[in-house]
Amino acid sequence: MRPFAFERAGDPARASRLGLGTGQGQTDAAVQFLAGGTTLIDLMKLDVLRPRRVVDIGLLRPRYDAIQVGPNGLHLGALATMSKAADHPLVAQEFPAIAQSLQLAASAQLRNMATLGGNVLQRTRCPYFRDPSWTACNKRNPGSGCAAIRGFNRNHAVLGIDDSCIAQYPGDLATALIALDAQVELHGPQGARHIPFSSLHVPANGLPHIENTLRSGEIITAFHVPSGDWNRRSLYLKIRDRSSYEFAVAAAAVALDLEGDKVRHVRIGLGGVAYRPWRSIDAEQALIGKTLTETAAEAAATAALKGATTHGHNDYKPELARRTLVRALLQAQALPLGAQA
Amino acid sequence: MTSITRRTVLTGGAVLATVGVEPLAATPGAAPSTRDTVPVDCLVNGKPRHLTLDVRVTVLDALRDHLHLTGTKKGCDQGQCGACTVHIDGVRVLSCLTLAVAAQGKHIETIEGLAGADGKLHPMQQAFIDQDGFQCGYCTPGQIMSAVACVREGHANTDADIQEYMSGNLCRCAAYPKILAAIKQARDQMSAT
Repeated sequence: MRPFAFERAGDPARASRLGLGTGQGQTDAAVQFLAGGTTLIDLMKLDVLRPRRVVDIGLLRPRYDAIQVGPNGLHLGALATMSKAADHPLVAQEFPAIAQSLQLAASAQLRNMATLGGNVLQRTRCPYFRDPSWTACNKRNPGSGCAAIRGFNRNHAVLGIDDSCIAQYPGDLATALIALDAQVELHGPQGARHIPFSSLHVPANGLPHIENTLRSGEIITAFHVPSGDWNRRSLYLKIRDRSSYEFAVAAAAVALDLEGDKVRHVRIGLGGVAYRPWRSIDAEQALIGKTLTETAAEAAATAALKGATTHGHNDYKPELARRTLVRALLQAQALPLGAQA
Repeated sequence: MTSITRRTVLTGGAVLATVGVEPLAATPGAAPSTRDTVPVDCLVNGKPRHLTLDVRVTVLDALRDHLHLTGTKKGCDQGQCGACTVHIDGVRVLSCLTLAVAAQGKHIETIEGLAGADGKLHPMQQAFIDQDGFQCGYCTPGQIMSAVACVREGHANTDADIQEYMSGNLCRCAAYPKILAAIKQARDQMSAT
């Protein structure tokens, strides 16, 4: 690991000031915030991230780790650990897709360390990104090309990719958050602001080293998931190569508001298949007002994977993702919900 | 350490390496430089410890190379295998992905701190012996630290729960059925005490 200067930020103003120089995902950003460290320390050891200053924001945890369920929805403090949110009984009851996305992610130890804010900003598991001995990686080394397009790409993305990068966004929580239309609360040098979760991560656009829309010195302080009749009938279905402690090869976060078997509202997020956290409005539109049958779910899934582009080893993904979404929709429909609150 | 053992011989070099390291950032208010060493004070197995470390040192390396507590194992050093599991402030975490400076003021518990002062093994340690819960033993300290936390968290009520909540500890000898049996034995004893 390269040497760096270590600083602690005990209040948000100091974090913003010391954080000037954080990038938007660039691996050579001069400054990195340290929260749980499960991505940062790993990638610094691999010489992928090379900050000259690391700003520990662990002291801000008591200020930004509250988890509350209220009439307006769910508030998730960004410095709460994944395990705290995963084990919260009201989150599991009212927002099951959120709780399940966390329970099925990583391991118990990693969930005890990683924060929610850090989790949604975790980096791709693309082996060519993680190994600097490969020169060609536009995400790590802008303009150098993409070794994955003609390389080993079994778990690379099929949606939202371009010729510059086919890396997959690996997170689970983000798939649930984007499906449920979350907002992101931020604090930075210019004060507080909030943005839709769907505008936190940016498309590759030929410049995949730019990953997000955070401003220099800005930290995520919370996520807000709005209330809605679909939240209780939600789930996160994760398909992976082993039964635990593994990234998704396909995943779906779905939420349904049904009137009988007719779909009033539906929210659909896809994981394990896309360049960035992915919501499928097309699939949602295909279902609204329809009776939810297997045929209707298949039509929605076909809409969700329209335009999927594969690169050989990941040719299996669109069909797996379609079947994953169909199963998720039918499982959500079959959920035995008690009396609605 | 009065007798010469394999362990004292192996760790002897590290003792010499830590002598004479002084903090470089002596000027108050000066911005830290990338070559600073930093003071770290924490409790390790109940004992106050003062260390002066390069900021890059992880809790794992601080334990093994600076405090000579070699029970905590370095497996992958990338947060993937669980061999380095310790408890920080009562919570199981990966010491290889935790900077020692970020553990300032915290209580670290390692496998060395698990047995009683009289040397009586923790029920989980005894259960791993009784159930033959290992072959090569390299992952075992991490397995045991993780398992103790798993029981305390209430995540050891069913076989499925134990398998799920212990999935962050890999065993390449594949002693998993015996590890499961050991955790069930200790779970019942831990809840009885």
